[in-house]
Amino acid sequence: MRRTATPYLFLAPYLAVFAAFWAWPIIQSFLFSFQNTRVNPWRYQPAVNWGRLIGDAAFLGALRNTFLILAVQVPVMLILATGLALALNSSMLRARGIFRFAFFAPVVVGEVAYSAVFRLIFNGRFGAMNGFLGWLGLPTPDWLQQPWTATAVVMIAITWRWTGYNAIIILAGLQNIPRDLYEVAAVDGVPRWRQHLSITLPLLRPVLLFALVLSIIGTMQLFAEPWLITMGGPGNATDTLGTYLYRQGFQSMNFGYASTVAYAMALIAAVFSATQIILFGRQR
Amino acid sequence: MGRQRTGAAIALHAALIPLALVWIAPLWMMFTYSTLPESEFYRATVPLLPSTSFLDNWDVLDAQTKGNFIRALFNSAATSAIFTVLSLGLTSLAGYAFARFRFFGRNALFTLVIATLTIPAFVVIIPQFILIARDLKLSNTWVAVIVPPLFSSVGVFFMRQNFMTVPQDMLDAARVDGAGEFQIFRQIALPLVVPALAALAIILFLFSWNAFLWPLLVLSKPEIQTAPVALGALVGLNRVFWNAIMVAAVLMTLPMLALFLFLQRYFIAGITAGAVK
Repeated sequence: MRRTATPYLFLAPYLAVFAAFWAWPIIQSFLFSFQNTRVNPWRYQPAVNWGRLIGDAAFLGALRNTFLILAVQVPVMLILATGLALALNSSMLRARGIFRFAFFAPVVVGEVAYSAVFRLIFNGRFGAMNGFLGWLGLPTPDWLQQPWTATAVVMIAITWRWTGYNAIIILAGLQNIPRDLYEVAAVDGVPRWRQHLSITLPLLRPVLLFALVLSIIGTMQLFAEPWLITMGGPGNATDTLGTYLYRQGFQSMNFGYASTVAYAMALIAAVFSATQIILFGRQR
Repeated sequence: MGRQRTGAAIALHAALIPLALVWIAPLWMMFTYSTLPESEFYRATVPLLPSTSFLDNWDVLDAQTKGNFIRALFNSAATSAIFTVLSLGLTSLAGYAFARFRFFGRNALFTLVIATLTIPAFVVIIPQFILIARDLKLSNTWVAVIVPPLFSSVGVFFMRQNFMTVPQDMLDAARVDGAGEFQIFRQIALPLVVPALAALAIILFLFSWNAFLWPLLVLSKPEIQTAPVALGALVGLNRVFWNAIMVAAVLMTLPMLALFLFLQRYFIAGITAGAVK
């Protein structure tokens, strides 16, 4: 092909936006992370933010809460999504359209709208959840006022919103597995559950890995749900890296320290994603 | 075989039906709550059936937002539509270049562009905010809401994949006929990927319609706020008007649910982009 300016002309409009609002900001926030932005004018003081980060109990608390969601909510959601995708893919299923709608509909619901609904449903005094538990004669905890239950509500809300999304991705992966593999296995008398273990799961691995990496990145920057459902409370019990960063950056207006938190968030997300890719991404 | 299969089918439905009911419950209750008189909210019941107070609740919402919620829905629709059109244009041009041209730096550039998908947006949002709000003084403008998120490379990735499926012969034939490169893109390649453009448009619109964090940062005036920001402000008030909030949530959600009902195929195509090569 001729060497011309044409491809660059096609790329120019997008690259202009990309450079102004992504590439340059990435460098800028890296530089901010070494600046003391609480003095005027801002000064380079490399240790002021990064030094603070390591000993910052509030940051470590937010990190711990984020890890907790990563360790509990993400695996539960992905297992649920895999089961759901298998069920929705089953030839035995009737009224498939209705089931698909029920599980996939949350995908289009905005985080603000569903956070408000979950905040109301899990209200300790008059929420529908306690209405239901009370009707059954079960204990009615004050969900949003206790650390563990508040964390659970945030996890339940995210699971509700994102399980269908992941099921859609996994379902697409399932439908890509050649049918004749199962037919050969069936002729050989391999039972259904063994087929899933030895055919479905290995062939699904790249798609599961993709869903896992997406979930890791999403969880690391979780913001709207804890912010709107619990405001990070009670105390700092449901503070996440996202809510902590928002507070530092846009309430205390400490842009330097917020940039440091953002870089820490990105680094941790990268390390986790890379670890998963190395662990589960190996080709057979 | 037959009996065993029936048993398995019953077990499958027995597990799936309750789960589906649990899953649809928050959406259903969002709707029923929006129709309850405010006094009913504080009785700790499960609102299974709708009531008749939707319009009264709307009046409360209208009063609490000083008449600005209709405006907020309009702002959301308009900014999302403009964002969608602009992003479709930028990313299909770029995706086409990555798919159909060979040029210096192509692979490195593509890798860099795709990195936007794997790095948390928080890393860029602080400099974006300083540039838009402090340096350019563009807070409370449509430019501020629409333009910075255009960096998203979802469309570049998605359109590149789709343009790669266009047969080279068709492009070459047009080239022999003397068509210019932009003309080939516009008249030959683009019409062949219309379904992909539709899927991408829906995902972009949905993303923009529901966007919260960035609009929250740059829109403080009620008359220019988008619906998620306006709703978020209601949740944070000291006196929480749950009936108004539920009406707002329904008004925000219903249009997207309707779109989803009729265009499910395109939503799913957009979501699975990148998962299955």
